[in-house]
Amino acid sequence: MIQALNSALDVMMARDPDVLTFGEDVGYFGGVFRVTEGLQQRYGATRCFDAPISEAGLVAAAIGMGAYGLRPVVEIQFADYIYPAFDQIVSEAARLRYRSAGEFTSPITIRTPYGGGIYGGQTHSQSPEALFAHVAGLKVVIPSTPHDAKGLLIAAIEEDDPVIFLEPKRIYNGPFDGHHDRPIEPWSRHPAGETPEGYYRIPLGQAAIVRSGSAVTVLAYGTMVHVALAAALESGIDAEILDLRTIWPVDIEAIVASVKKTGRCVIVHEATRTSGFGAELAALVQEHCFYHLEAPIARVTGWDTPYPHVFEWEYFPGPARVGAALRRVLEG
Amino acid sequence: MAGLLTIHPEVLLGFYRDMLLIRRFEERAGQLYGMGLIGGFCHLYIGQEAVVVGMQAALEPGDQVITGYRDHGHMLACGMEANGVMAELTGRVGGYSRGKGGSMHMFSREKQFFGGHGIVGAQVSLGTGLAFANQYRGDNRVCLAYFGDGAANQGQVYESFNMASLWKLPVIYIVENNQYAMGTSVKRSSSETHLHKRGGSFNIIGEEVDGMDVVAVRDAGLRAVAKARAGGGPTLLEMKTYRYRGHSMSDPAKYRTREEVDAVKEKSDPLEMLRKRLMDGAIADEAALKEIDREVREIVAESARFAQESPEPPESELFAHIYSEA
Repeated sequence: MIQALNSALDVMMARDPDVLTFGEDVGYFGGVFRVTEGLQQRYGATRCFDAPISEAGLVAAAIGMGAYGLRPVVEIQFADYIYPAFDQIVSEAARLRYRSAGEFTSPITIRTPYGGGIYGGQTHSQSPEALFAHVAGLKVVIPSTPHDAKGLLIAAIEEDDPVIFLEPKRIYNGPFDGHHDRPIEPWSRHPAGETPEGYYRIPLGQAAIVRSGSAVTVLAYGTMVHVALAAALESGIDAEILDLRTIWPVDIEAIVASVKKTGRCVIVHEATRTSGFGAELAALVQEHCFYHLEAPIARVTGWDTPYPHVFEWEYFPGPARVGAALRRVLEG
Repeated sequence: MAGLLTIHPEVLLGFYRDMLLIRRFEERAGQLYGMGLIGGFCHLYIGQEAVVVGMQAALEPGDQVITGYRDHGHMLACGMEANGVMAELTGRVGGYSRGKGGSMHMFSREKQFFGGHGIVGAQVSLGTGLAFANQYRGDNRVCLAYFGDGAANQGQVYESFNMASLWKLPVIYIVENNQYAMGTSVKRSSSETHLHKRGGSFNIIGEEVDGMDVVAVRDAGLRAVAKARAGGGPTLLEMKTYRYRGHSMSDPAKYRTREEVDAVKEKSDPLEMLRKRLMDGAIADEAALKEIDREVREIVAESARFAQESPEPPESELFAHIYSEA
């Protein structure tokens, strides 16, 4: 996935001189996860460069650049570091278009690795997607494969709206199905690990059906797509799994079509449960599909705790917990 | 008065006209507020007019301006229409943001005015980004980033100083030190009260300027702008100024004495000082100044009329401009 993201940046920087990327360790070092590797050599230090450890300041600088027509891609080294910039993201980037009645916009992309499963403890494992989905004016994207990551990042950079692009860092190097005690499978053995050369885009706001089924709909994104696939396989339940890919705007049509077909719905995310994005999804499903539901909607999520270092695998919603939820809604 | 001998009389008269327009506009805004035609927040610029008028005179077309929430004066100085500003205050569709921004949030691409920002200090970092874009594009533009003495204590201001100096960005930081952050005096909030020294550890040269003297402001602005345009990086200008009215319309102003306010008005009112210079230097006579006053009053009266006659935005505006239309 790292190479795919790198390729997306490379493609866009080659196509559009207004695209530039910066962040902490992004230039010379090539990014702490190597996503920007080689870009400074290729495009120079004016277009790919290091920023001080000043998240508020550097995100704000990007918003200013964007207001003047550039398309900056900012990297926040870990999503856990994004909070100092929250003010700028919420009060400036998200609202500039509205309060200027369309005079100025914020065509910026903020890329940031998020999520757990890497023994990062509470400041390197968080899943803050719901905080951003809650803010009108922002778009929130979470890919689950290298193929999607590249196409979605290209689309995000081309967006005229600010995009929070959350990269599930646990699956940077290979799909992870939650079985932490098994060897890591590399992306090279996964069909969606293959990334076409050059330019292609996956429009924001479109979910993908990654597994067709008739018994129950699973709504997932990021790492949890792979966990859900494992849970379906291991439980033998004919689940239809939707990878939302874009959290906001959410593909409500795809969700409704699937839930009306299956009559059951399980929502899976890694973030804490209360006011998580699953709560929004559950509300949308009951608003649109109430008379089609055969069982209460189930949520499988992280617990309402800070990310617990030593209890990582108790916190992380693995295939066993997802499988249990699948069985529960089928009994309901 | 600095630079008086080198400045064209017409330019000085223009300063007087622009400063007077801001003052009369703000007085009228205060009246409309009192009449209940403007709701919410409204921060008047009266007393500080020389700062924006002097700085604007140091700019070339295409240069950018960004500021905080006490922004009406900046917009008028940029050449934005009084009608559009006043109608935004009253929340009408003829306002610069179609009534959806309000007093603190107006913009003009044509005049390169980038707002109007209600979060204290946030615009300083945005202005740094604008300056970055200028440098990136090589278009020889500079950005003025205004903020107040209160914002001078925000962390991101210093993050911006560091980046701007590190990357030699064409930005002028202008701290309008009117001595009170809402009700807190600089002395009660700042360990270093000489705010122009605050750039020192970032190698940003600071200059203290008499912000009540429009020519001194312009001269300092010209120096800073020339340096920025030549690739010399940012300058920090501390404008010593004073606001006559409350922080906003709801300010009881218990934190300073009437005597203090009156003394400033008496001794260093920017308009009176300029008026005296114009008269003493025989640049303008009473009749000429009266004519300017008449012209300004007409513009302001028209803006007040427009701001009441322009309709409220249609309900469809509620959901417009949240995302791109595509």
